[in-house]
Amino acid sequence: MASLPPSDTSGHEGASSGERIGGQPADLDKDTLSFDTPGAPRKNRNAGAIINPRLGALGFARFVWRLLTSMRTALILLVLLAVAAIPGSLVPQRSSDPNGVVQFRTNDPELFEFYDSLSLFDTYTSPWFSAIYLLLFISLIGCILPRTSYHWKVLFEAPPAVPTSFARLEVTRTHRVEADLNAALDAAAAALRSARYRVVREGSAVRAERGYMRETGNLVFHVALVGILATLGFASGFGWSGQRVIVEGQAFTNQLSSYDSFNPGRFFDENALEPYGVRLNTFTPEYVMDESKGSWMPIDYTADVTVTEGQTSSGAALKVNEPLSVGGTSMYLLGNGFAPEITVRAPDGTVVFQQPVVFLSQDANLTSLGVVKIPDGLAEQVGMKGFFYPTATMLSSGALASSNPEPLNPTLTFNIYTGDLGLDQGVPRNVYELNTDDMTQIAGRHTDVDVELALGDSFELPGGLGTIEFSGLRRFIGVDIQHDPTQLGVGISTALAIAGLLVSFSTRRRRVWVVATAKGSATELSWGAQSRTDDPRLAASTDALIARIVPTDKVSS
Amino acid sequence: MENLVAYSLLATYSTMALYTLAFVLFTVDLALRADTEAGQKPTRWLRSAMALLILGWVLHGVATVTRGIAAARVPWANMFEFGLTATFVLVGVFLGVQFWRDLRFVGAFVSGLALLALGIVTVNFYVDVVPLPPALQSVWLVIHVCVAVLGTGFFATGAAISAAQIFQELHEEKRLSGRNWAFLRAFPEATVLETLAYRINVIGFVFWTFTLVAGAIWAERAWGRYWGWDTKEVWTFIIWILFAAYIHSRATRGWRGRSAAILSLVAFGAVIFNYTIVNLFFKGLHVYSGL
Ligand code: HEM
Repeated sequence: MASLPPSDTSGHEGASSGERIGGQPADLDKDTLSFDTPGAPRKNRNAGAIINPRLGALGFARFVWRLLTSMRTALILLVLLAVAAIPGSLVPQRSSDPNGVVQFRTNDPELFEFYDSLSLFDTYTSPWFSAIYLLLFISLIGCILPRTSYHWKVLFEAPPAVPTSFARLEVTRTHRVEADLNAALDAAAAALRSARYRVVREGSAVRAERGYMRETGNLVFHVALVGILATLGFASGFGWSGQRVIVEGQAFTNQLSSYDSFNPGRFFDENALEPYGVRLNTFTPEYVMDESKGSWMPIDYTADVTVTEGQTSSGAALKVNEPLSVGGTSMYLLGNGFAPEITVRAPDGTVVFQQPVVFLSQDANLTSLGVVKIPDGLAEQVGMKGFFYPTATMLSSGALASSNPEPLNPTLTFNIYTGDLGLDQGVPRNVYELNTDDMTQIAGRHTDVDVELALGDSFELPGGLGTIEFSGLRRFIGVDIQHDPTQLGVGISTALAIAGLLVSFSTRRRRVWVVATAKGSATELSWGAQSRTDDPRLAASTDALIARIVPTDKVSS
Repeated sequence: MENLVAYSLLATYSTMALYTLAFVLFTVDLALRADTEAGQKPTRWLRSAMALLILGWVLHGVATVTRGIAAARVPWANMFEFGLTATFVLVGVFLGVQFWRDLRFVGAFVSGLALLALGIVTVNFYVDVVPLPPALQSVWLVIHVCVAVLGTGFFATGAAISAAQIFQELHEEKRLSGRNWAFLRAFPEATVLETLAYRINVIGFVFWTFTLVAGAIWAERAWGRYWGWDTKEVWTFIIWILFAAYIHSRATRGWRGRSAAILSLVAFGAVIFNYTIVNLFFKGLHVYSGL
């Protein structure tokens, strides 16, 4: 224990006295002017520590606690937090940019390993980032507790005693009043009261203080910050989010199996999903020509949906920036595209496949890619990689491209394969990908048979396998469905934080003392005023108080 | 429509011309004041500089408003427009603060900064008026960017004063002396500058808090989560934390004075970084530069 810092107060004075004294003279700092900075209550507790000079482990704990809750530590932790947040903006994050992370790994596997060992791809949940903000919040709590109990006391106390000398106060004024001592003090007290000071008369003096809301607001602000973190810590585990693609004419029912992907919070319970249905009737995008770039750009997306909860159904519009609230969840419109309906028939005419297939768009004119897999019903398994062009146009190179995001000339082209789709191995397969390793191409690009279908066209598969038809065209939307139980708590805390901030910043904490001396039949009043913060209007406000009693030209400062 | 856009651009160029003249006159004023013994007393050049700045600012307002009318929406949906509006607010904040305090001594800094920023956005970031994509169609765009612009305006003025404070402190310690630095006699004492910078930065901080919150609400509406550590969110957060640290530094013994001023400049540096480097080179959801 020899290396421990001395456990007398002077040892940690350096740590705990970082608080503002604000240039106030030390002798005034004792009683009268020890405004309730966080230093003030601690000074009282320091007094206790003096009685127990050798506290050993407990003393060390106190030392660490004081160090942690000092203003300087808070400041350093804040700067550290800002610096620690930077890497997350330079390196792709798993949470916000998973594809970027995959890309990073492909580009530079070694650097990836190194970065990953530092949790750089999860900056905001990494041990070092968490450590900084947890320390900061411990410091914050350690700061709030003594300040609150001290402020609570001050709130119910009389304004502090008159300082022995006014000489070092920020503002002093002296003037005569043609009244006896009592009347003069009454007038001063009345002036202070009407300026919303808390006023106490004591002998031949008046002491007054105002602006308690400054500290109150400040404390509310800091407590609300703790509220935000606490809500995030406790409530986020109960949240969840999921994604789903809905094609026009199809409905989504809110149950686990209906989601394309699902991210449950730690405490997610499947029973928390309220059963409701959302059916997509139509999806209507609107485009305009961006003349400066010569390309089409979307200006509006509207999904017309029918929401069913229990026995009741109602229509609603789902738009970007206008999520749908239903069954304790919010549904967001995040993506959209085309889903050409494809019909596949066996040679005898029986339909073996008929459904809209979601094609993912690749560019602004919605050239889209999709995959069709026909495992059963034909003589062989068939897989098709398709391109969809809403408005197909032949480029000079002979290739197709889409020249408009609206379906003015909808065209599908396919590369068709037969062989093993690889669906039977029990390995989940991505519906948007076709593994052609065990397949042979029988039609499409680089073969003799081109497959290019306009809406309504059919195509005979080579070898009499069957026919495929471009039998219809629909649109789809991609939605995000979220249940976020942190919103309410974070919202309320944030509102409180802002309110506290505004109140604190707009309140001036001032103390005023008035001492009366009888001068024959008249009275001389001496005013002293002090503020805790920079308060350029202190003198003016004191003069305004005096002006309520006497003409200002009789006042000397 | 076409005409309005052209008028707006014409007004922008005229604004830059006037700001240039104002900048020159502000500098002349400082130089002349350095020569006189009194030092503190403004010269007649200062009046002309202010007049030109005000005239330029009026034209700047015309440029901003016509741009908004031409686009039939708020004039801050891409980097050029944000720059146009933010510099307008910056000069507006500077002019407005004069009613409260005589801050004309930082006129050279403010007009110079406004001129530089306006020049850069007009030459490098100019884009024509185009309609807004669905994700940007929200009242939260109006609120979020509006308060961000205001916050930026106050932070810029605060940074100007903090910079002046650092020079003045070195001057007072006689570490900067000689004719080149004599213009500092035109500035108030360092402690006065510090208090001024603090009060202006605090106003900026309140606006920035609103920026952060409005951004989160908008993100919740548009993307389904109010906070996702997207690059732009990260930097908005960093700026907020840095200014919170600055506010604390003023209440921490040993940090008042120059350290606080340096923190204020670092934090403003983050604002500039966020607007330029992050917008142009970082990947994220907030792709709105329009370039
Ligand atoms: C999460 C971290 C924190 C943030 C974001 C933060 C933010 C702020 C802000 C914005 C203010 C000015 C608001 C007002 O006056 O009402 C402030 C003031 C203050 N904070 Fe914090 N704070 C944090 C942590 C702390 C900690 C840990 C302490 C104690 C060691 C502390 C002590 C103070 C004090 C004493 C003031 C008043 C300063 C003055 O009078 O100028 N804060 N803080």
